[in-house]
Amino acid sequence: MATIHSIVPACAVLVPLAAAVLILLSRRHEKIREGWTILAAAANFLIVLSLLPQVLAGDRVACTLIELLPGLDMAFRVDAFGMIFALVASGLWIVTSIYSIGYMRALREHALTRYFFSFAVAIAAALGIAFSANLVTMFIFYEILTISTYPLVAHTETEEARKAGRKYLAYLITAGVFFLFSVILTYFLTGTTDFQPGGILAGTGPVILQQILFVTFLIGFAKAAWMPLHGWLPSAMVAPAPVSALLHAVAVVKAGVFGIVRVVCYVYGIELTAEIGMGTLLAVIAGATIITGSLLALQQDNLKQRLAYSTVSQLSYILLGVALLTPMGITGAMLHVPFHAFMKITLFFCAGALIVAAGVEYVSDMKGIGRRMPVTMLMFSIGAIGICSLPPVCGIISKWYLVLGAMQAHNLAAFLVLITSSVLNILYFFPIIHTAFFEEPESGREGVREAPLSMLVPLAITAVGSVLLFLAPDVAFLRLVEVAIGELTGVLP
Amino acid sequence: MIEDLVVAFLTRYNYYMAVIIMLIGLYAMIAKSNLIKKVIGLNIFQTAIYLFYISIADVEGGTAPILVPGTDVVYVNPLPHVLILTAIVVGVSITAVAYALAIRIYQSYGTIEEDELLELGSERR
Amino acid sequence: MISEHLPILAVILPLVGALTVLLAGWAERRYCYPVAVAVLTIQFGLSLAILREVLRGGTIHYYLGDWAPPWGIELVVDHLSAYVLVILVFLSLLSCIYAKRSIGGEIDPQKTVAFYVMFLLLVVGVCGITVTGDIFNLYVFLEISSIAAYTLVASGREKKGLLAGFNYLIMGTISACFILIGIGHLYVVTGTLNMADLARLLPPLYDSTIIHVAFIFFIVGLSIKTALFPLHTWLPDAYSHAPSAISVLISTVISKMGIYATIRILFSVFTVGFIVDHLPILEFFAWVAAIAVIAGSVIAIAQTDLKRMLAYSSVSQMGYIMLGIGIANSVAMTGGVLHILNHALIKGCLFMVAGAIIYRVGLRKIDDFKGLAGRMPYTCAAFFIAAISMIGLPPTVGFMSKWYLTLGAIEAGEWFFVVVILASTLLNAIYFWRVLEYAYFRHADAETPELESRVPVSMLLPMLVLAAGCVVFFFAVSIPLGIIDAAVADLLGGA
Repeated sequence: MATIHSIVPACAVLVPLAAAVLILLSRRHEKIREGWTILAAAANFLIVLSLLPQVLAGDRVACTLIELLPGLDMAFRVDAFGMIFALVASGLWIVTSIYSIGYMRALREHALTRYFFSFAVAIAAALGIAFSANLVTMFIFYEILTISTYPLVAHTETEEARKAGRKYLAYLITAGVFFLFSVILTYFLTGTTDFQPGGILAGTGPVILQQILFVTFLIGFAKAAWMPLHGWLPSAMVAPAPVSALLHAVAVVKAGVFGIVRVVCYVYGIELTAEIGMGTLLAVIAGATIITGSLLALQQDNLKQRLAYSTVSQLSYILLGVALLTPMGITGAMLHVPFHAFMKITLFFCAGALIVAAGVEYVSDMKGIGRRMPVTMLMFSIGAIGICSLPPVCGIISKWYLVLGAMQAHNLAAFLVLITSSVLNILYFFPIIHTAFFEEPESGREGVREAPLSMLVPLAITAVGSVLLFLAPDVAFLRLVEVAIGELTGVLP
Repeated sequence: MIEDLVVAFLTRYNYYMAVIIMLIGLYAMIAKSNLIKKVIGLNIFQTAIYLFYISIADVEGGTAPILVPGTDVVYVNPLPHVLILTAIVVGVSITAVAYALAIRIYQSYGTIEEDELLELGSERR
Repeated sequence: MISEHLPILAVILPLVGALTVLLAGWAERRYCYPVAVAVLTIQFGLSLAILREVLRGGTIHYYLGDWAPPWGIELVVDHLSAYVLVILVFLSLLSCIYAKRSIGGEIDPQKTVAFYVMFLLLVVGVCGITVTGDIFNLYVFLEISSIAAYTLVASGREKKGLLAGFNYLIMGTISACFILIGIGHLYVVTGTLNMADLARLLPPLYDSTIIHVAFIFFIVGLSIKTALFPLHTWLPDAYSHAPSAISVLISTVISKMGIYATIRILFSVFTVGFIVDHLPILEFFAWVAAIAVIAGSVIAIAQTDLKRMLAYSSVSQMGYIMLGIGIANSVAMTGGVLHILNHALIKGCLFMVAGAIIYRVGLRKIDDFKGLAGRMPYTCAAFFIAAISMIGLPPTVGFMSKWYLTLGAIEAGEWFFVVVILASTLLNAIYFWRVLEYAYFRHADAETPELESRVPVSMLLPMLVLAAGCVVFFFAVSIPLGIIDAAVADLLGGA
């Protein structure tokens, strides 16, 4: 396992940033501005992809940008787990960009320069989080992500959007403060903030301090939307659909989950987490969130809200997987990062398409909409089936590993939670499909047709993608996870 | 006991006076509402400090520190005098600025009573 | 030849400059501005030269008229002085550049000559304080700059500025008198006014009541000058009713001057041995500062006027710096001293923005800022950067001082201060985000024109330089840190 020094990881972060500047400069030319977005997204994906072979070979690609403070570098180090997140974020940025253009044009939205600018910065921040080599770097990008997504949440500038924006910041900046505190305390205890596969905290400080630190870390990662710190996510659904799709199903929330996994596996280490009993705590929180999130999703009539609560519950799958502290559980957790991203982004794309093409926001208005928009609703069904962990969509694979992990840990409660949750998922998704396809359409919907191609194609790509990931999971993600697990267990006794 | 205090007071009485004058000045600066009286308080306060400095310079039986060759006399410490000359200059400048401001305030508001000024200020809001 | 006399030149140059401005103003009023800017530019070069000398050869001792201390007056420039000098002169230069257009609407044209003369005299005082090694000298320079500041605050057309100036004068003079009394007491027991000499002679006398009294007079006097809560009452009026360029100047330069004087008196005259080991005064100081941090922020949240909000934010930030000094371990001190630079950059930028908004669209109330970002994009962008820096988010300098202060507080085991520092982040976020939300996320009222209002380059440039500084010094924080480390080692080394 060698460490290769290269500036490629830095490029992956700088390309979206450069695109952001270019977008700002060409703010008077709509076409050029959107051209930059697409171009940057494609270039960015290729850059990330170019790192894949090295990471799959078990190497790490490292890059120190600058020494901020003595002993504290702003540095990137690409490992397998970071690669998963980076691939997802950069790959889905391409489809989301295309979708955004279609969505925003169809709705004649304003302030598009600000929109695309913030979007590009948010992606840069997400990649920065994925590649960060230490907690400080991660914190820096984590905060940039918070700030850059605020304009997207408050995009419509209505009172409701501003309120949601304020709530968003109130949660996430407060969380940021906790995160900062945790980083500083970690630095104080260990003298470093670098991520190590076996953790860095072992043997430092009293146990009670480590436990408190664990809790402040958890609060710091409120982006993971674990309960009761999930309140910002449903409110943030006032954002335009592409934002909900990429950021609030993929980049932002996954950044939170990613951070927790990093902290558990690479700052505390699996062993220490188990030793100080924090695995149990995390498992309890995750389990409660899974069930409560699903139950809340059942009650939502607004489609995007329902998806948001579904996201809350699905994110905790990942947390639960990690909390089991078994190789299988962690495998499931890591796999669920990309898989859930593909499925959920499809669902949000479909919700956006419904808004654009039919003006439908509520499940109760969707009667018979499947006959008017068959492609959209078909893809929606694929995503929904995936979330319910049914074949032939990739969701079942990660769920499979999670269940195995629960068994490996002899954790009956976790096992039951996972099974119950699947049932609940079916309960809140299948009625939608039923309403859309099998109920009689209301009158006045005759003119409704499919959304423009620029929206339809992206959602088809992600839906088909989630099926393909089921058929061939080992093309990239499963292998990456294997590398990551190998790295983690290699240091386990 | 009381005798001691009396002695202490009498032997160091200029220090006590300095403190009393200082407090009078401070009181005027804070409690008086007329701006001119505030400035007068300021001057009293400064004067007290001058007195304090001059007192510490004094040496019993000392005379003005002018060197005359061949004589053997005790001199008072000249340094505090010099310092106080500077402090007086500072004090005069501050007084000048303060009066200038007071005049301008009178020109624009028509009064130099602080409570009336505050009222005028709040009315304009 | 010249390099030997750098410290005294730092005082003489602006003094001569002030006279030159006066003469130039006699000839033709519009010459004042270029002369003043030229003088300050040279002064900035000079201060950089002093910094370089200090970095190369350590502390500079300069004996005025070749009279060795303790008889003669000594100028001492160590790392801290050089660091503060460079910052203060740079900020003076930028606010002078900024002043040209900004005072246009705020000051009567016939007063411009006097304005620039006073401006430079203020710089004389400020530079004098940083280079002097004599405690009475410090008092004199403090008064020179303060008198200039009183007149400048009241120099505008706004009537309230006069009252603000007068109150500032009264409070400022009380503080100066206290400092003078303190100096007198020290002189009584030691017979010297030289700081290094005092630091040497004081330790055997630490138990003397006279020393304790002197110390208390110093602390109260300096706390008024630095507007440490609850002695801050003069500050909000002075900051918010002064002409904008002067708001910039006093919020950055004058406030930092007070901080510098406090650090000097505490650490170079009384030394750590007294303030930490002998009297638990620093502990008390830190608590007061912590209250200032919270109280300043809370009051700032209640403000509707932008400049007033920024003024209260300054009260809170002064507390921030004092907190770092009060915790008094090297990490927290580094944070506090670093925040001198950071706060100068941030607050300078913010007050410049406030001034530009008043200049261009005549708005002071935050509620009226609807849709301002569309009309003044660059100004609002500068505000955004400075605001997130004030909140302490990366990648801006504010994060760095927060990092050091928090780490220092943890190291000292002062968990309450950790909470205060982090809570202040949230409070800052509340009041700055309100402004940003109005500027960026509310539509302008129908009757206000949606025109892009151009801010003159002479105002925009300094603003953008400071905003850029907020980001640049995040990445290049090692440059100031190199100086600060040496400075903090000097200050704490006496223990």
